[in-house]
Amino acid sequence: MKVPLIESVSKVFRFYRDGFRNMSQWGKKVWIIILVKLFIMFVILKVFFFPDILKKGFDTDEQRSEYVLDQLTKPSEAND
Amino acid sequence: MIENVDVALVDWSRAQFALTAIYHWIFVPLTLGLSFIIAIMETIYVRTGNEEWKRTTRFWMTLFGINFAIGVATGIILEFEFGTNWSNYSWFVGDIFGAPLAIEGILAFFLESTFIAVMFFGWNKVGKKFHLASSWLVAIGANLSALWILVANAWMQNPVGMVFNPETARNEMTNFWAVLFNPVAVDKFLHTVSSGFILASLFVLGVSSWFLLKKREELLAKRSILIAGIFGLLSSLLVVYTGDTSARTISEVQPVKFAAFEALYDGKTNAGLVAIGVLKDSEEVTKLPDSKEFAFRIEIPGFLSIMTGGNKETFVPGINDLVYGLPDSTLMAVSEKMKRGRVALNLLNDYKTARKEKDDIRAEEIKGTFKQKDFVDKYFGYFGYAFLDKPEDVVPNVPVAFYTFHLMVMLGFLFVLICCIALFLVLRGTIIKHRWFLWVSIFSVPLAYIASESGWVLAEMGRQPWIIQDLMPVSAAVSQISAGAVMTTFILFAVLFTALLTAEVSIMIRQIKTGPKH
Repeated sequence: MKVPLIESVSKVFRFYRDGFRNMSQWGKKVWIIILVKLFIMFVILKVFFFPDILKKGFDTDEQRSEYVLDQLTKPSEAND
Repeated sequence: MIENVDVALVDWSRAQFALTAIYHWIFVPLTLGLSFIIAIMETIYVRTGNEEWKRTTRFWMTLFGINFAIGVATGIILEFEFGTNWSNYSWFVGDIFGAPLAIEGILAFFLESTFIAVMFFGWNKVGKKFHLASSWLVAIGANLSALWILVANAWMQNPVGMVFNPETARNEMTNFWAVLFNPVAVDKFLHTVSSGFILASLFVLGVSSWFLLKKREELLAKRSILIAGIFGLLSSLLVVYTGDTSARTISEVQPVKFAAFEALYDGKTNAGLVAIGVLKDSEEVTKLPDSKEFAFRIEIPGFLSIMTGGNKETFVPGINDLVYGLPDSTLMAVSEKMKRGRVALNLLNDYKTARKEKDDIRAEEIKGTFKQKDFVDKYFGYFGYAFLDKPEDVVPNVPVAFYTFHLMVMLGFLFVLICCIALFLVLRGTIIKHRWFLWVSIFSVPLAYIASESGWVLAEMGRQPWIIQDLMPVSAAVSQISAGAVMTTFILFAVLFTALLTAEVSIMIRQIKTGPKH
């Protein structure tokens, strides 16, 4: 059972490897763009500019619920 | 009501979301439609064995690949924004919004890492039929992926299948099928993907027309026009049909938005549909500030009543009726909805107090009340109205809704005409002689993008002031962060997306000029 599985995995690996190796000029260009874009999005934007406010600011879901509840009930307090 | 709302923060957060959504939507519709056109072309190749069809398929696949690669993951930025700029909203919607987006993410990942790889790397390496199946799976998968995003968006337009839990301050899904088969979701999905099919058809038509003008690749261009013409015409008819059903659904679940589409201020029976019109500031002193009236219009008599109720006698409420209510009718004034919303909000405040005072019996009792259908129908259904300052706040920007709606509809009918002419000329074999039409086809490509984006501007700006219809206005959804930080990231996104778009257009143009491989 193990041998066909390893063969299949290595087939898939070779498929992707050959695909990337024989990629056309435009293919290489767009892959560079994809990698740069993903780097900017996940390493720069997500880390430095887009923290998850509730995850970062509170430790538990209970605290998050309480915070949002406070935010939502602000107008009713102002109304009282 | 909301004392601490920073208007600049709300505006910048909205502007940033709009910018990223508009840019993201530049890439998506071409992927949705072109994937099917490619699958159809490859099917013909597999059935006929004609190598010219393979060459044609591979050429369009190249352009599909460029668009897909540049656009991939641009939608994830919207999810970043939910967590940072719209944290109250993200928490409030709970798993209802998260579940469809998670399904979409998983589906997109498997689709992108497997079948697209087979599409591009698999020529001559896998069997013809397996390759063809991969192409179809990419097309079906991309469109199914869009389904989940649109289901999530439809819930914002018409929240169904959930119950609010005051303990977690979240909405919890109680009926998955109600969320999936939300009438807005069904209409939105069909209308949106079919509009993507038209855009892709016009793209193929435009590029093929350019080849014909340049006297290059005549066979490829004519065959592509034939496929795009048929696919585009069928899609256009589907868009017209789903546009009609969408309008009817919107008239029921978002009547203010519907009245704003038509700039209908005072309701009437035998209401006409404005075909073309120009708005100006109202000269009469009206209760509603910033009211508009028509400087000029051409109307189809009675058609709006027929569209909404099936006959001319149907009463179509106007913006004034919906804001101030109508005596002797079931239309409830916004002031009454605001009172009911405040009842729900005050009860939520009572729940908070009960919890603080450790009054578990009272807290449980209130929690139970939020689950009662009667309370939901009478009070919680108007929860968002508690956040409004005045009844007039429910009116969206009427000129934006009116002009985007009419631009989209007019262009939609133009596209039906273009597809018909393309088919007629290509079947008669005279398309090359009609250079004017080839130029029209080329210019229809940007028009398709304008129509497509107009649809989204209409859907989202027409829903204002709500982020979730009737339940949450945008002002209550925004995170308390600095407006300056949002402005900075707005500029960063503008630069990033403009660079991506420039890269796409330049690589795409170069590939089109290079043409298919011989």
